[in-house]
Amino acid sequence: MSRHLDIDVAIIGGGLVGSSAALALRGMGFSVALLDKGYCGAQASGVNYGGVRRQGRPVEQLPLSQRAHAVWPRLKAQIGIDGEFLRSGHLKLARSEADMATLEAYKRSVEGHGLDLELIGHNGLRERFGWIGGDILGASFCAGDGHANPRLVSTGFAAAARRAGVHVLESTPVQGVTRNGSGFALEAGDGLSLKARYVINSAGAWAGAFAEAFGEAAPISRIYPSMVVTEPLDPVISVNIGMEGGGIYARQVERGNCVVGGERGLPLDDPDFSRPRGDGALAIMNHAAELFPGLRHAHAIRFWTGTEAATPDKNPVIGPSLTTPGLFHAFGFTGAGFQIAPGVGEVLAELVRDGATSTPIEAFSIGRFGNPTSARTHPGSGAGQNSEPQQAGEFNS
Amino acid sequence: MSARPQPLIVGAGPAGIRAAQALAEVGLRPLVVDEAPSCGGQIYRQRLVPDERSSVALYGSEAAKAEGLHRDFAALTDRIDYWPQALLWSLREGKADIAVGGASRQVAYDGLILATGATDRTLPIPGWTLPGVFTLGGTQIALKAQGCAIGAKVVFIGSGPLLYLVAWQYMKAGVSVAAVLDTAPFSAKLNLLRGLVLEPAVVLRGMRMTAELKLKGVALRYGVSDVRIEGGERVEGIAWREGGGEMHLACDGAGYGLALRSETQLADLAGCRFRFDQRDRAWLPERDAAGRSSADGVYLAGDGASIAGADAAELSGERAALALLEDRGLPHRPERAAAIEHSLARVSRFRDVLEAAFPFPAHWAKDIADETLVCRCEEVSAGELRRAAADFSLSEVNRLKAVSRVGMGRCQGRMCGAAAAELLAAETGRAIDAVGRLRSQAPIKPIPLTLALGEIAREAAE
Ligand SMILES: Cc1cc2nc3c(=O)[nH]c(=O)nc-3n(C[C@H](O)[C@H](O)[C@H](O)COP(=O)(O)OP(=O)(O)OC[C@H]3O[C@@H](n4cnc5c(N)ncnc54)[C@H](O)[C@@H]3O)c2cc1C
Ligand SMILES: Cc1cc2nc3c(=O)[nH]c(=O)nc-3n(C[C@H](O)[C@H](O)[C@H](O)COP(=O)(O)OP(=O)(O)OC[C@H]3O[C@@H](n4cnc5c(N)ncnc54)[C@H](O)[C@@H]3O)c2cc1C
Repeated sequence: MSRHLDIDVAIIGGGLVGSSAALALRGMGFSVALLDKGYCGAQASGVNYGGVRRQGRPVEQLPLSQRAHAVWPRLKAQIGIDGEFLRSGHLKLARSEADMATLEAYKRSVEGHGLDLELIGHNGLRERFGWIGGDILGASFCAGDGHANPRLVSTGFAAAARRAGVHVLESTPVQGVTRNGSGFALEAGDGLSLKARYVINSAGAWAGAFAEAFGEAAPISRIYPSMVVTEPLDPVISVNIGMEGGGIYARQVERGNCVVGGERGLPLDDPDFSRPRGDGALAIMNHAAELFPGLRHAHAIRFWTGTEAATPDKNPVIGPSLTTPGLFHAFGFTGAGFQIAPGVGEVLAELVRDGATSTPIEAFSIGRFGNPTSARTHPGSGAGQNSEPQQAGEFNS
Repeated sequence: MSARPQPLIVGAGPAGIRAAQALAEVGLRPLVVDEAPSCGGQIYRQRLVPDERSSVALYGSEAAKAEGLHRDFAALTDRIDYWPQALLWSLREGKADIAVGGASRQVAYDGLILATGATDRTLPIPGWTLPGVFTLGGTQIALKAQGCAIGAKVVFIGSGPLLYLVAWQYMKAGVSVAAVLDTAPFSAKLNLLRGLVLEPAVVLRGMRMTAELKLKGVALRYGVSDVRIEGGERVEGIAWREGGGEMHLACDGAGYGLALRSETQLADLAGCRFRFDQRDRAWLPERDAAGRSSADGVYLAGDGASIAGADAAELSGERAALALLEDRGLPHRPERAAAIEHSLARVSRFRDVLEAAFPFPAHWAKDIADETLVCRCEEVSAGELRRAAADFSLSEVNRLKAVSRVGMGRCQGRMCGAAAAELLAAETGRAIDAVGRLRSQAPIKPIPLTLALGEIAREAAE
């Protein structure tokens, strides 16, 4: 079956980054195709932990993060559902004096960015968050942060984009992109060819191959954060919990299930797929039961992992291609793209429309990896040898 | 010779027991794990606390088989390792994670026989979550394991041989059986005549039970639809449609089931390829006539591989073990293997007959009322599923799970997954095999957060 589409913007990857960009671009009047090799929101964007937090981000991410911060409470108006977003506050715990000092230093470094962090000592913690056990010395609280349901938010953005008139093409892997004349030609799915003036590369953990095809390799690796969820319980955990130095994060959804993360899963033979490590999941479970005595009698009902692209400096790649006009990248969110994605979508839309954005993104340029970014235009090519079309839906959710 | 880890058998029902026996006979020492406190599986389940009931009282016509299996398994004690009350909750890369005695132990195995059995299959009907409503299997377990009935006046609803069997067992135990409501028309039962040639004893036993139920004045109704279980705090009665008329009956207990569904999550985690089986109306792991799955060293037996009944489970358990022996280059009795395959082929023909006599009422799915719960763990109603499918324009069951939470709860879709797929298929006008299958994830059943990280239990050698 061969089909043809002629549109303004083709977006490769229907995660939260691609879907929110699609919705924003459509709102500006562009014709848009959103392509996903599987289902929109079935990868990292739909299976992540659901933490909507600014606290802990590198300071250069904060303007973008603040921009996204304004979107979250408006989800209902924007996509028709609230995505179970809850402004619960995010509490980052310190196990040692050194951890506490790090939290204090972080608070000072982000002064003026609107996070309004509050440091809490041991006694304050006992008074206000008595349900936390273990040897916790203190914490830093960000009242404006929270959590949401990634399965709903990510699927919801794609559904809203479809309703707004975006061509949402699922089970349609992009096999090749080439620059031709004033635009791009894309080959996708089962005999679909597209002509587009602009292309956005938001293919998540698979985005590297598309960047490389245009002569700008990014040093992307893959990580597989590992999650555990409990059966529904009476209210125990009232805020989104994180830990200085990593180790554990936890939240409780309105229905009562506690979602806990902390370890990393392992890739399967095919690195697109991964699985929680049994002992890793047990370690998270034991750790949660220790930190939250209210969970001591709880059962874990499900584990999962997701596939995420990571960069060496933990910052994403966001911005125009340095080799190819009309191409924009947004990937490599290194385990923290859920909160900022709705802001990234707006920024990408502005870049397409205006060639510039009001939000500082220089730190995220693909040029920072020191590529041989010659000005000559690269021809582009396929999704790479190792990104075979996936069987629909066969992912780790 | 370098030591190889030993084979692992999951399930000590008829299939697992016969598999263990065949392996032990040539000197392999399998590890057998089962969640239950004692061997026997579903049909030959042993009572929790010894009481004065005889085997015949417990197992009826199958008493001799039950005793034989229990005895044969006991005789293996010194030649196998057996962990009762041990839940195998995850499988990966030749290692099994097993929760036993408060700790999780990791077992490396070489050769895996999955004999995980089946559970009841249902479709949601109004009132099915009321106290006093049990699945047919649960109704029977109450009687077998605990020696108690689910009510004083009980109605049986559904399809499948178990419907009549459990009603008959309740009647024999002295419980008042108010009615048996069969979802299939009486004409479907005529198919059983074809079965007389294949399995005369089984068909005649079924006929005798039906006759005895009738003789005792139990109402046997056929072709019922629109079944609703009524009551405030618990079951008080049941209403249904039959030949255009509205019927109603008072009762205080209801046993409901639409035959069985295979427990396939471990096969999924073991990497077996699945195919849609029209007869079982389910995705099942592929296997050859010997029980080999598509994954190396993984064998499938019993009702966990495909519904075929207890006698077939014994046979397929033994057959799978012989296949494992053959693949390991050990004595594997080819003539016995051929005889078993021959018998299993006959069972399969009989299963076609049974399926025609006790068809699954797939057409019910489109009529499930919006307010009826489909997923009781996560409290998701039929209406919410329909809305989710429409709002997100979904036609794949894992996507439906992602946005609606159906199948995400304690049972991980083992109870509601088939119903959700039927509903999605009916709603989107697709065939049942076109909406996909719920993927399995560890842990396949809930495990305590405090489960201790146990030692690597057995690198064990032969
Ligand atoms: C388990 C886990 C927990 C996390 N927890 C958090 C958290 O709590 N807070 C937070 O802020 N972030 C979190 N993250 C990170 C966050 O989920 C990601 O950074 C974010 O979702 C990235 O969005 P994306 O749209 O770039 O990627 P994805 O959601 O991965 O989307 C990329 C899409 O591209 C598609 N694609 C790939 N190749 C092709 C092709 N050739 N053709 C067409 N389509 C293609 C894929 O199918 C996929 O749908 C977590 C991540 C994981 C995995
Ligand atoms: C509730 C119920 C009642 C039935 N009643 C009858 C009847 O009265 N008459 C009749 O002819 N047939 C009956 N059947 C069908 C009959 O039970 C089966 O045909 C037969 O038991 C199949 O044997 P099997 O060895 O395949 O599985 P089973 O006998 O079901 O044995 C499977 C065993 O595996 C164990 N197991 C499964 N997964 C795991 C795991 N992950 N970890 C550890 N252990 C595990 C289970 O605890 C179970 O003991 C019934 C079935 C059910 C479900």
